[in-house]
Amino acid sequence: MACSGPSQQEESPSQASAYIENKGSDTMVNLALAWAEAYQAVHPEVSISVTGGGSGTGIAALINGTVDIANASRQIKDEEMAAAEANGVEPVEFVVARDAIAIIVHPDNPVSQLTLQQISDIYTGVINNWAEVGGEDRPIVRLSRETNSGTHVYFLETVIRLGDKESDLLFSMDTLLLPSSEGIINEIRQNPNAIGYDGLGYVPRDLKVIAVARQEGGRYVRPSIASVNDGSYPIARDLYMYTAGEPQGAVREYLDWILYSPEAHDIVAELGFVPILHYNP
Amino acid sequence: MNSIRKLDWQEFFIPRLIKASGYSAILFVILIFFFLLRESLPTFGEVSLRQLFSERWYPIEARYGILPLITGSLLVTIGAMVIAVPFGIGTAVFISEIAPRWLREILKPLVELLGGLPSVVLGFLGILVLAPRLRILLDLPTGLTALAGSLLLGGIAVPTIVSIAEDALDAVPLAYREGAWAMGATRWQTIWRVTLPAARSGVLTAVMLGIGRAIGETMTVMMVTGNAPVLATRLDSLFRPVRTMTATIAAEMGEVANASTHYHVLFFIGMVLFLISLAVNLAASSIVFKAKKRAERVLS
Repeated sequence: MACSGPSQQEESPSQASAYIENKGSDTMVNLALAWAEAYQAVHPEVSISVTGGGSGTGIAALINGTVDIANASRQIKDEEMAAAEANGVEPVEFVVARDAIAIIVHPDNPVSQLTLQQISDIYTGVINNWAEVGGEDRPIVRLSRETNSGTHVYFLETVIRLGDKESDLLFSMDTLLLPSSEGIINEIRQNPNAIGYDGLGYVPRDLKVIAVARQEGGRYVRPSIASVNDGSYPIARDLYMYTAGEPQGAVREYLDWILYSPEAHDIVAELGFVPILHYNP
Repeated sequence: MNSIRKLDWQEFFIPRLIKASGYSAILFVILIFFFLLRESLPTFGEVSLRQLFSERWYPIEARYGILPLITGSLLVTIGAMVIAVPFGIGTAVFISEIAPRWLREILKPLVELLGGLPSVVLGFLGILVLAPRLRILLDLPTGLTALAGSLLLGGIAVPTIVSIAEDALDAVPLAYREGAWAMGATRWQTIWRVTLPAARSGVLTAVMLGIGRAIGETMTVMMVTGNAPVLATRLDSLFRPVRTMTATIAAEMGEVANASTHYHVLFFIGMVLFLISLAVNLAASSIVFKAKKRAERVLS
């Protein structure tokens, strides 16, 4: 499609403009908005509407055919796949970015590495003193986001239950549930007893990020764009976009831009997510 | 003729308007009560009473024990009252009975200004100033505790108590005090034995409204109490994090699916809050009522 000026666009809007409806994950809504803004700035003929509502909402809308792209911070479930097939929709999956969850402590805390099992034990209340994991003799104060946060649920499933679907381990009852990322960061900044977790992009430089190993004796890895992409950092999740069938036209071009353009990857990194390394097509 | 008709018109409407606004308060309370009842009653069909009064609150795994939330709210509120009642009444006595006129005219507006301070601002103070100092001073694991909540809530309740209690003390006729002085009572005896008892119903109202303000406060407690749903029954619970009913509703209502079990339980918590403030009000007004009767007997 040739580059069309705004005046030309007004004359023949039906030909020159494409409309993309994008809905889903709240984790991704800022990212999707930033992408849409940047893309519309260079492609004024495309208009993109982004809304949140949660991963499930986005996928449901995709199945019902009301959106072009669904955002999801988890993979599509089997039930949703079945519902889509029953509706004659074939969801196609794109991994558009990754999100690393960093484990953070006070900068004066001498502990700098933990295994997943140790983090799980800390959060379930099995380990209650920093001395048990090689630190000072201090009580551990566990901090978490509120239960309605997707990050809370991800942390419960991946870290506390170590990915075991049968497990019914829960957060220790005395885990502090703070309503915001700022609350967690504020408390860790001034309290050497505290441990917390948050999306890598939200962690300020003055806090200490713990290196994590999958198991005892494994390599301890700090979260970074490289360690997330090579899979060595264990607490990272993929962020997805789903389309109904192989994307065509403007949707295809938009997704290609998200997946392969350096501008889109810069936005990912700026917002604290991890860009995916793709080979150019 | 015209003006008489206008007067008739006023005579007809204005008393009814006043009556209607008086009754509307009752109407609203009843409507709110029925709304809470309607939204919270399904709880009993979905969650067993035993579960509801268990000690684990973790709604995303369908654990709806509200005991930690009730004890959390009560602990923070009682703590706040222990701080606010003596301090508030003391301040009111000072402003009304002891302070010279010029000081009173500065103090009262200042206290009322304090009452207008947004609770979020106090929450910030709590997170950034109070909680870190509490942790270091008392050597606690974390400063985000029931105590931090109580201190701030006490601060929030004090202006309410001072303002209303001072009005009540001020309304006690000067003759009462003069009578006491004439009998040779000291200033303190006059305050403690004459003025305060005479203003009793107003002072009690002040305390009641203070409790209401404290137990219903949400933002501050959500920011400083740590929100850990732990059963707060031990003595040292005051120095541990707690989760209050109001903070639970505020934190979780926004994301909950409409008409789900979690939604109904949150309304049930709202109902419990409503019943607690109702109980506080009833208890206080019955005390006031009894006191009045006794006073009438003495006078007659």
